[in-house]
Formats: sequence, C-alpha cells, structure tokens
Amino acid sequence: MSRAAHRAPGGLAGRLSDLFWRRPGLFLLLLLALPLTWLGLVYIGSLLALLLQSFFSIDEFSGLINYDFTLKTYAELLRPANFDIILRTVLMAAAVTVAAAIVAFPIAYYAARYARGRMKALFYLAVMLPLWSSYLVKVYAWKLILAKEGILNWAVEGIGASAVLNAVLAIPVIGGNSLSVSYIGTFLVFLYVWLPFMILPLQASLERVPANLLEASDDLGAGSGQTFRHVILPLAMPGLIAGSIFTFSLTLGDYIIPQIVGSSRRFIGQAVYQHQGTAGNIPLAAAFAVVPILIMGLYLWAAKRKGAFDAL
Amino acid sequence: MTLAVEFDHVSRHFGAVRAVDDVSLAVEEGCFFAMLGPSGSGKTTCLRLISGFERPTAGHVRIFGQNSETIPPNRRPVNTVFQDYALFPHLSVRENVAYGPKMAGVDRRRREAAAEEMLALVKLEGYGDRKPAALSGGQRQRVALARALVNRPRVLLLDEPLGALDLKLREAMQEELKTLQQSLGITFVFVTHDQGEALSMADRVAVFNHGRIVQHGTPQEVYERPRTRFVADFVGSANVLSPELSARAGGPGRWASLRAESIRLVAPPSGRLSGTVRTVRYLGAGHRVSVSIGGDDLVVILPAATAPPPATGTEVGLDWAAEALHEMEPDA
Ligand SMILES: Nc1ncnc2c1ncn2[C@@H]1O[C@H](COP(=O)(O)OP(=O)(O)O)[C@@H](O)[C@H]1O
Ligand SMILES: [Mg+2]
Repeated sequence: MSRAAHRAPGGLAGRLSDLFWRRPGLFLLLLLALPLTWLGLVYIGSLLALLLQSFFSIDEFSGLINYDFTLKTYAELLRPANFDIILRTVLMAAAVTVAAAIVAFPIAYYAARYARGRMKALFYLAVMLPLWSSYLVKVYAWKLILAKEGILNWAVEGIGASAVLNAVLAIPVIGGNSLSVSYIGTFLVFLYVWLPFMILPLQASLERVPANLLEASDDLGAGSGQTFRHVILPLAMPGLIAGSIFTFSLTLGDYIIPQIVGSSRRFIGQAVYQHQGTAGNIPLAAAFAVVPILIMGLYLWAAKRKGAFDAL
Repeated sequence: MTLAVEFDHVSRHFGAVRAVDDVSLAVEEGCFFAMLGPSGSGKTTCLRLISGFERPTAGHVRIFGQNSETIPPNRRPVNTVFQDYALFPHLSVRENVAYGPKMAGVDRRRREAAAEEMLALVKLEGYGDRKPAALSGGQRQRVALARALVNRPRVLLLDEPLGALDLKLREAMQEELKTLQQSLGITFVFVTHDQGEALSMADRVAVFNHGRIVQHGTPQEVYERPRTRFVADFVGSANVLSPELSARAGGPGRWASLRAESIRLVAPPSGRLSGTVRTVRYLGAGHRVSVSIGGDDLVVILPAATAPPPATGTEVGLDWAAEALHEMEPDA
C-alpha cells in the first residue's frame, strides 16, 4: 500500500481554507466586504450628501429649499455674524490643540521613556479613566468646579489668590463674570476632555524613538534642548499630528461644551445644530459642517508639505 | 607618551551585577585598542564610561589626564560608532554626518562641505541625499563612522561596529578601519567579541571576563602566552592541558596551553604523547584532527601541504617544540 502524498482536506472548513489558499484575492474580498460597504455607502455617501446639501440654498420668504446649484450659501458664511462663529471656533480649536500638546508632551514622554511595569499600567489607567465616565457628566462637573460658588473659586480664595483670578477674569473677551461663563472656562473644559486623545498617540510615537538616538545626539555634542528640537520633536511629529487632528477636529465639531460652559457666544457645532433644527436651514448647516472638513484638509496638507510625516 | 584614556580602579555596578569590576587600564594616544570578551563581560559598559553615558560607582576615568566625572557626554572629546549605528532615520545621510558640526554652530555651507569630505573618505560620495533606510548594512556602518569622524574626536569609540556585517564585508572593513586609524592618527577603542578581529587590528588587546580584565598586552602576547585557561580558550581556542596531562608530556605539571598548529603528528612510539585519532575535519586550508588521549582530547591543525591526514582510529604520536607548551596561572 502506498500512502497518499498529501493529507485530505478536513471537512468544509478545510475545503474553504484550501479555496482561499488557491485564490487569495477572494479571501481579501470577503474580509473587506463589510467594512468597504460601510465606508463606501454609509460613510462616504453621507458625506457626499452633506456636501451636496451645501450647494443648495434656502428661499428666504417661503423657507423652502431651492434645489438649484449655487454658491450663495457659502457666501453666507462670510457674513460677519457667521464668520465670527468660524473664527471663534478655529481660534479655540487652535488654542486647545497647542495647550494639549504642551500639557501632554511631558506626560507622554515620561510614560514612554521612564515608566515601566506597574507605573505604566497606572499611566494608562490615569489617562483612560476619564474616558470611562459620561462626557455630559464630566462637563457638568466642570461647570460646578468653575462656577462662582465652585470649588476652584473657594480654593483660590483659601490661598488668598482671589486678586489673581479676578485679574484673569477681567481680561477683555476671554474673561467674564466667572470662569464657568468665560472663554477661559470653555477652553479648560475642552482641554480636559480631549487631553487623552493627544497623550495616547504622542506616547505611542515617543515609544518608538530608540533611546540610542538620544545618546547619539548627545554624543555628537547636542545639548538637551538641541536633542529635543532636532531628534525627539521630528520623530514624535506623526504622533503630535495625529493627536492634534483629534483635539482640533473634536473641538471644531463640538456643540455641547460651549453651550454648558462658556459665554453663550456660538461655535460652529452650535450653529450647525441650530440651522438644521429650529431654523430649518439645512443648506447653511451643511455649509457650516463643511468648514471643519476643509480646515482639517488644509491642515494635513500643510503638515505634509512641512515634512511632518517623513518619520513615518 | 600621552595617555588618551585611563581607568583607575573603575567599577560600575548595577545593583548586584558587577558590569565593570575594579578595572585599571591605560590607552596611549594614537593606539588601536581592542576590548575583547564574551557577551556580557562588560565591554560596552567600559565604552559608556568613556563616552560618559555611565558613571563609575568607584574609581576614576581620565581622558587626556583630566578627570571626567563631571563632564557630560556632549562635552567630551570623544565620539562613538554605536553597535546598531543609531543613525537618525528622519535625516538624510548628509544631514546625519553634518549633525555634529551643526550642533557646534558651524554654518550650513561649511558643515555640508565637511560632511561631503567625510563621505568621500568612507567611499560614499553621491549618497548624501539618501535616507539611512535606503542603505545597506555596510553603508550605514560607514555613515556612522563618517558622522563620528567629522567631529575630529581625539578618541573614537567603536562598539562591535562590524558585528552585523557578513564575513566578506567584515574583512574588507577591518582593513579599511585599520588603514583609516593609521592615517588619521586618532585613538581607537574598539569593542568586539571576535578574537580574530581583535588580534588582526589592534595594537593592544584587553581580554575581559565577568567585568574584569583577565589579560592585557599586544596581540602576540595574548595569543601566544595566554595568562589563564579562559584566555587560552577564548582567544584562538588553544588546547588546554590539565596539570596531569602536562606532566605526562614532560611539562611543568601545571595548567598549560598548546596551540593546535604547533603540534606535529609522528609515528606512535615516538613523540611526547600518543593517542587515537577520533575525528578528522577538512578546513580548506588544512585538516583539523582531534586526538583522544585517555580522557582528554587534543586538537591538531595539519597544514594542507603535509602528507594526507591519518584515518579515524589510527594510533598517532604527538610532538611539539618544548617552548610551544606554555604554562598558565590558574583561573581566578
Ligand atoms: N543599565 C544596566 N542595568 C543593569 N544591568 C546592566 C546595565 N547595563 C549593563 N548591564 C549588565 O552588565 C553586564 C555587562 O554588560 P555589557 O557591558 O553590555 O557587556 P558586553 O558589552 O561585554 O556584552 C551584563 O550582565 C549586563 O546585563
Ligand atoms: Mg556590548
């Protein structure tokens, strides 16, 4: 008796696995079918629908949507009242992003370079913990913290620094009656809520910077500032960009935080919310919603031009 | 003669691990100094003590006569070629090489000219615009060398720089490094676990084991007169004769070493010892014959020019010149 050279395929699973081995393309297709459908139809499709809406306009007298192609709605964005909203939102998003990068960097650097074992677990826990509780609860908690009768005010008074807080609140535009009704308050809450989204990608990219590059830089005569500027920062750039995409776009699109904490002046998210809801102006809402997409596109393009992704 | 590097009873302990343990050594200026030892014997730690990335737990490291304890790495007249090269992946080859001058404030034009000059020296003209990722291992190694040399260091530290290269390239680089060192006149401190490399390149060799220097001298001294069994074994795998065997062979009755290529095979009754041929292996340049004597095995290297090697199982006599048997100290 001669034995067969190959073992027979075992059952249906075996036959399928044989088939996939002969036709790797088929396997890939099956694997990607669901996500591709989702991405193609639901995701890109709805984005396109949104884009389409922004090229319609609203009839001012009847309040009905006029389905002729027009750029009138976009022109509307440039009206001072609307443009202020855009400017305000972009400035806030930029400030939050820069502050998040500054606060996150030392934390991420410590976690990537020094924390080991138990400390590392503690780091992940500390960064993620806020993400486990409801966003609304956190924002309301901050409202309480920042209120005039809140704990922050009480603590500041306790250490006798009320004069400092009052001086800060007296700054025109960003100040206000109390922190909870000022831009500073809005900024602080944004910073708190989005910080993990900056820390985690930054930490991941710093983790991938080999320690011997820092030693090589040192060996070649660089001081620690020079090493930071010429080695650490460029290599951390992809993480920094990833983090800033999160903090920037999340701030651009948020409509709840400025409503709860802040000076009742509107942000893009609130404008979208109001135009598609009470005002019933879907085209303008859509045009507002395109603004963050455009800004993020420009931002990524500029980052790429500057070589931010060269280290990838 | 000026001393470039001097270790004065230097120790570096990591908790219970004595990475470097009471090491004293002196490297003369312009010398090609090799630190040879098995993995984990403390060679890298010694280099890091010179470059300043480690500080001694005891003793002093002096660089050109100056105590170095308080001087950070970026201010030492020393540069390093790292074990895995540590090239900056986001910079081009030219920017990598120009990094040191840039940190020193040299203007762009001059530092790029210096970088090109160094790239020419290591035979990498025209590679300046590439990224390190687009280079082969040997080319990266040269960039690392150029990047260190462009700073005109007084001492160049090399941590197993050829370890990742294949044999052919490694041999070519050994010659180039040696030539470069002689023409530049820079002191090289070269770490390796490859005894052939250490012996063929260095003016001085320090053999490390367990964080200590076991022997220190010229390559000939270390090769021909190993001080302990460890050195005899590690440097060129000499035969080690136990006191009993050495006595039977008419030797001093102490531990002794006997180089495989200094033994001749003779007809059985004559010779200092006799035994049975256990294995014969072809080496290309000759044969490696293993002869069993009682419980011990001695290795004999027969040059290809001599008569055909004996067959396995033959009785043979072993003979050598009296001075070939070298007496050793017991291992500490
Ligand atoms: N930073 C460190 N912490 C703890 N142990 C270390 C450290 N650096 C080196 N060692 C230990 O010191 C010993 C010598 O290491 P090393 O100098 O790298 O040896 P070699 O370069 O000869 O292989 C090893 O046992 C190593 O594990
Ligand atoms: Mg080593």
